Amino acid sequence: MTPLLAVDDLTVHFRIRRGFARRSADVVHAVDGVSFAIDHGHTLALVGESGSGKTTVAETVMQLTRATAGTVAFDGRDLTTLSGRERRALRQRVQIVFQDPYSSLDPRMTVHDLVAEPLRAHRRLSGRELERRILELLEMAGLGTQHLWRRPHEFSGGQCQRIAIARALALEPELVVLDEPTSALDVSVQARILVLLQELKERLGLAYLFIAHDLAVVESMADEAAVMYLGQIVERGPAAQVLRRPRHPYTAALLASVPSPDPDQRHGLKVLEGDVPSAVHPPAGCRFHPRCAFRMAVCETAAPEHRAIEGAGSRACHLPDETVFGLDGKPVGGPVG
Amino acid sequence: MSVTTPTQTRGLSDWRVRHAASLSEWRHSVRVFARDRLAVIAVVWIAFMVVLAVGAPVIAPYPSQGQGQPDVSIRLQAPSAHHLFGTDELGRDVLSRVVYGSRIALVMPFVTMIGVLLIGIPLGGIAGYFGGLVDEAVMRVTDVFLAFPSLILTMALVAFLGASLRNVGIAIVVTWWPWYTRLVRGMAVSLRQRPFVKVARTMGVADLRIILRHILPHAFGPVIVQMTVDVGTVILAVAAMSFLGLGAKPPTPDWGLMISTGQSYILQQWWIGTFPGLAIFLLVLAFNLVGDGLRDVLDPRMRR
Amino acid sequence: MSSAIPPAPGAPAPRAPAAGAAPAGAAPAGAPVGAGDLLRIAGLKVEFRSMRGVVKALDGVNLSVAPREILGLVGESGCGKSVTGFAVLGLLPRPIARYTDGEIVFRGEDLLGKSEHEMRALRGKVISMVFQDPLASLNPVFTVGEQISRVVRLHRGVSGGPAREMTREALAATGLPPTDEILQSYPHQLSGGMRQRACMAMAISCGSELLIADEPTTALDVTIQAQILKLLLRLREERGVAQVLITHNVGVAAQTCDRVAVMYAGTVVEQGPTARVMKHPYHPYTIALYECLPQGKRAAELHTIPGSVPDLIDPPPGCRYHPRCPRAMDVCTTVKPAPTPVAEGHWVSCHDVARRLAAPVHEVAP
Repeated sequence: MTPLLAVDDLTVHFRIRRGFARRSADVVHAVDGVSFAIDHGHTLALVGESGSGKTTVAETVMQLTRATAGTVAFDGRDLTTLSGRERRALRQRVQIVFQDPYSSLDPRMTVHDLVAEPLRAHRRLSGRELERRILELLEMAGLGTQHLWRRPHEFSGGQCQRIAIARALALEPELVVLDEPTSALDVSVQARILVLLQELKERLGLAYLFIAHDLAVVESMADEAAVMYLGQIVERGPAAQVLRRPRHPYTAALLASVPSPDPDQRHGLKVLEGDVPSAVHPPAGCRFHPRCAFRMAVCETAAPEHRAIEGAGSRACHLPDETVFGLDGKPVGGPVG
Repeated sequence: MSVTTPTQTRGLSDWRVRHAASLSEWRHSVRVFARDRLAVIAVVWIAFMVVLAVGAPVIAPYPSQGQGQPDVSIRLQAPSAHHLFGTDELGRDVLSRVVYGSRIALVMPFVTMIGVLLIGIPLGGIAGYFGGLVDEAVMRVTDVFLAFPSLILTMALVAFLGASLRNVGIAIVVTWWPWYTRLVRGMAVSLRQRPFVKVARTMGVADLRIILRHILPHAFGPVIVQMTVDVGTVILAVAAMSFLGLGAKPPTPDWGLMISTGQSYILQQWWIGTFPGLAIFLLVLAFNLVGDGLRDVLDPRMRR
Repeated sequence: MSSAIPPAPGAPAPRAPAAGAAPAGAAPAGAPVGAGDLLRIAGLKVEFRSMRGVVKALDGVNLSVAPREILGLVGESGCGKSVTGFAVLGLLPRPIARYTDGEIVFRGEDLLGKSEHEMRALRGKVISMVFQDPLASLNPVFTVGEQISRVVRLHRGVSGGPAREMTREALAATGLPPTDEILQSYPHQLSGGMRQRACMAMAISCGSELLIADEPTTALDVTIQAQILKLLLRLREERGVAQVLITHNVGVAAQTCDRVAVMYAGTVVEQGPTARVMKHPYHPYTIALYECLPQGKRAAELHTIPGSVPDLIDPPPGCRYHPRCPRAMDVCTTVKPAPTPVAEGHWVSCHDVARRLAAPVHEVAP
C-alpha cells in the first residue's frame, strides 16, 4: 500500500546573500538527503535539536518552502509535479499545527472565523451547514459554544492549541504535521493535548508527522522515530526501540542528556560537549564526528551512508552494526572503538 | 473542559453576541484614550472645527464677507465688538473668513489622505507579501520619490500642473504615498513570517484574501499613528502652498493665503495674519495630540 | 545539606500586619525555616494592580535556602515562581506590585526594608540572577567582555587590567575560554549555550553567594541544557554558590537540586529534599503533576488534572487547589492549609495530609 507521505532524498538549501550588491552567497544546508515514509494512520516523530532541519522538513512537506532536490510524494503523487488546482486540492489533505499557540492564530479573529476560514477558502460549506460543522469541530477539540465569539488572547495556551487543532481538522485532512505542539505548554496542559491528539488520531484515522525535541513526549505518541542532526537523519526505527536501545551515538547522547524526573536515575547530565556546528559549513565526513565520543579515523573523511540494520530500523554510522547504546550514553556490549 | 452538543445554531445570528469581543475592545480603547486628557481636549477641538466648517453659513457673523465679498468702507479695523477678529484689507470680517477657512483646512487633508492611503497601502501590502521582483520594483520607485525633499517636490508638481487647490491636493498625494507604502511593506514583510499567515497559506487561502484579512488589518495601527501626524503636516503644506501663491486663489478664505496677505500688514494690522495663523497652529497641534492619544491606545502595553 | 531543624516556636513578625485575624492570612507558625539559612522567605504576599483588578500573585510563600544549597522552585506557569525570584532582588515594578505581608531575610538582614540604593549594592555582588533568554539579557551593542567587566568595575571598584583579569576568571569559571576572541564577541556571535554561560559569568563575577536562575535552560537544546546544569552544580562545588533554580521541568529539578519546593497558584504546596518530594510526594497537586509526565507512558495512559489554573484576581478561598483536588474537604474551601511536617525537612500544605498523619502514610511512586 502506498505510504501516505513519502519523502525521498529531500534536500533544502537556502542562500543567504551577503556582501555589497549581494555578490557572495552562503548556502545553508538545512536539509541534506532526508528520506522517510509515513503510512496511513501512523505517527512518525522527527526528533532533533535546533539546527537539525526538522522544522524545514515540516515546512517543505507543507509546501511553504521549496525543495532544492529530492521528492515529496503525497499518496504517490510528487508534489512538485502538481498543477495549481491539484496543489490546492492537496492542501486540504495535509494540515499543520504550530508550536506557539498564540502566534498561529490571527489575534484579530474570533474563534468562529478562525475555524471557518479553511472551510470558506475552499467553499465547501455555507450557512447552516457551515455553522454546524464549526460547532462539531470545536466539540472534537474539547471547546464549546461559549468560546465561539472570543479572541485568542482571552484563552490559555492549551485552549489556543485546541482552537488550532480544530481548525486543522476542518478540511478532514489525512495527515497532520505537528510542529512541537506542546513545547510551549505546561506539563498538565500538555498531557491533555497529547491525550486529545491521540484520541483524534484513533477516531479519525489520522497520520501524524510529529516534530519534537522532548523525547518523553515522542515515546508516548510515536510509532516510529527519526533522529535528525544537522540536516540528516542519523537513525530511524520503531519509537520504542530508538528511544530505548539507540544505535547511533548522537541518539544515545541525546537520551543521556534528558534529565529524568526520577532522582535515583542519576543520568541526564552526561554531557555532550561543544555546540551544534554551523549549517553553512558542516563538518566533513560524518557531520557528528567532532562531538562524537566514539569517532574513528574514517569518520572524519567519509560520510556514512544511511543503511538498514537487520530488524532494527536504519542508521548512518561507521560503527559496527551490532552496536547498541544504553540510556547512560555508553555502549552495551558489542565491540566499539 | 465542558463540552456542549451543537444543537441550536439560531443563537449565533445574534449580532451582539458575535461582536461581543469587538465591542468590548472598542469600549476599552475609548477608555484608554480617555486617560489622555490632552488628547480628549484635542478631539473636542477638532470636533468644534468640524462644526464650524459644516455650519459656516450659520455660524459666521458675516457669511458673505467670509466667502469673499469686500466692504471697503470698514477695511483694516482693529478687533472690536462687531468684528471680534477685526477686518482685513478689503474690509472683510476676519472671524468669518477664519470660520470659512476651516472648510478648506479640514477637507484638503481628509481628501488627500484618502488618496494617499488608497495608493500607498495596497502597494505596500502587495510588495511586502509577495517579495521578489514586485517588491524590488515598488521599493525602487519609492526610493526615487523619497529622495526628493517633500515640499520641493510638491511645489514642483504644482508649478507643473498649474496653481490651484485641486492641483495642490494632487501634488500632495503624489508626494506622500511612498511613506505609507514603505510603512505597510515593512509590516507585511514581518507579518508574512508569522505562523498565522503561514497557516493561512497552507490552508489554501487565496493570496489576496490573506493580504486583505491578515496583513493589512495589522498594519492599521502604525498607519493610523502616522496619519495623525501627517494630517498636521498636510495642513501646513496646503497652507504653505497657498502662502506661496501656488494654492488657493483670492478671494478664497484659505488660511495660508490669509497669512500671506497679512504679511504686509503685520506691523500695524497684526490681526489679519495672526488669527489665521493661530487657527492653523491649534488645528495642527490638536491632530498631533490626538495622534499621541491613539498611540497609547494602540500600544499593547498601555492597554493592560 | 538541608537545614532540617524544626522551626522556632512563634512565627517571625510579619512586615505588614495581616488584616483581620484569619489564620490563613498570617505567616504560619509552622513555617519550614532553619537556623543558619542564607535566604529565608516567610509568609510572603505580593499583589499586582492591573486594569482588571488586583492580582494576588503570591499568597504566603515560605521557603529557605541554606548556604551552598541548590533549591528547586518548581511549578507551572502562573504559579508565582518567577515573581518570588524577582521579589528577592526587589525587582518587582514598584507602584504596580505591592508587598502586602511577609519578609525576605538574607544573611539575617531584612531585604524588603532596604532602599533601592542598598539593594543595588547587593544585586550582582551578593545576590545575582540569570534569566531565561540569554539573548534578551545581554545588550546587543556591547561585547561580552565589556558587559562583564562593567559589573566587575561597579562592584569591585577596579578598572583596566585587574577588571579584565576578573572578567577572564569569570569566563573560565563558566566554561568559556577566557580568550580575547570571546571577550570581544558580541552576543549575537555566540551560540545560545555560550550566551547563557556569559550571563552566568556576569552573575558570579563578583563572588555572589546566591544565584537565582529563572528557567535558565528552557530556551536551550537538551544537550546544551545538560551542559548548563552541570555548570550550575560545578559553581556550587567550586565556588560555594547557593542557588534557587526556578523551572517548570521536573526532570531538571530532580537531577540538579538538593531540595525542591513545588508551587501552585502563589503558594508553596510541598517542599523538602528532592529524593523525598520526587519519590514520596504527599500533596495532591504534586502527585497529579507527576502522573501527567509522559515519561515511560503511552499517550493513552497519560493522566490529566481536571479544571484549570485559577484566576488570581479572584482566587478560590481557602486552599487554592481545592476546586481541582480529588481529596478536597469542606475545610479546604475556607481555610488555607498551613505547612505540616511529614518527615524531616519535608513539609506539605494540605488539610487532608495533616489529617492523615496519624494514619499510615499514602505513598505514591512517581
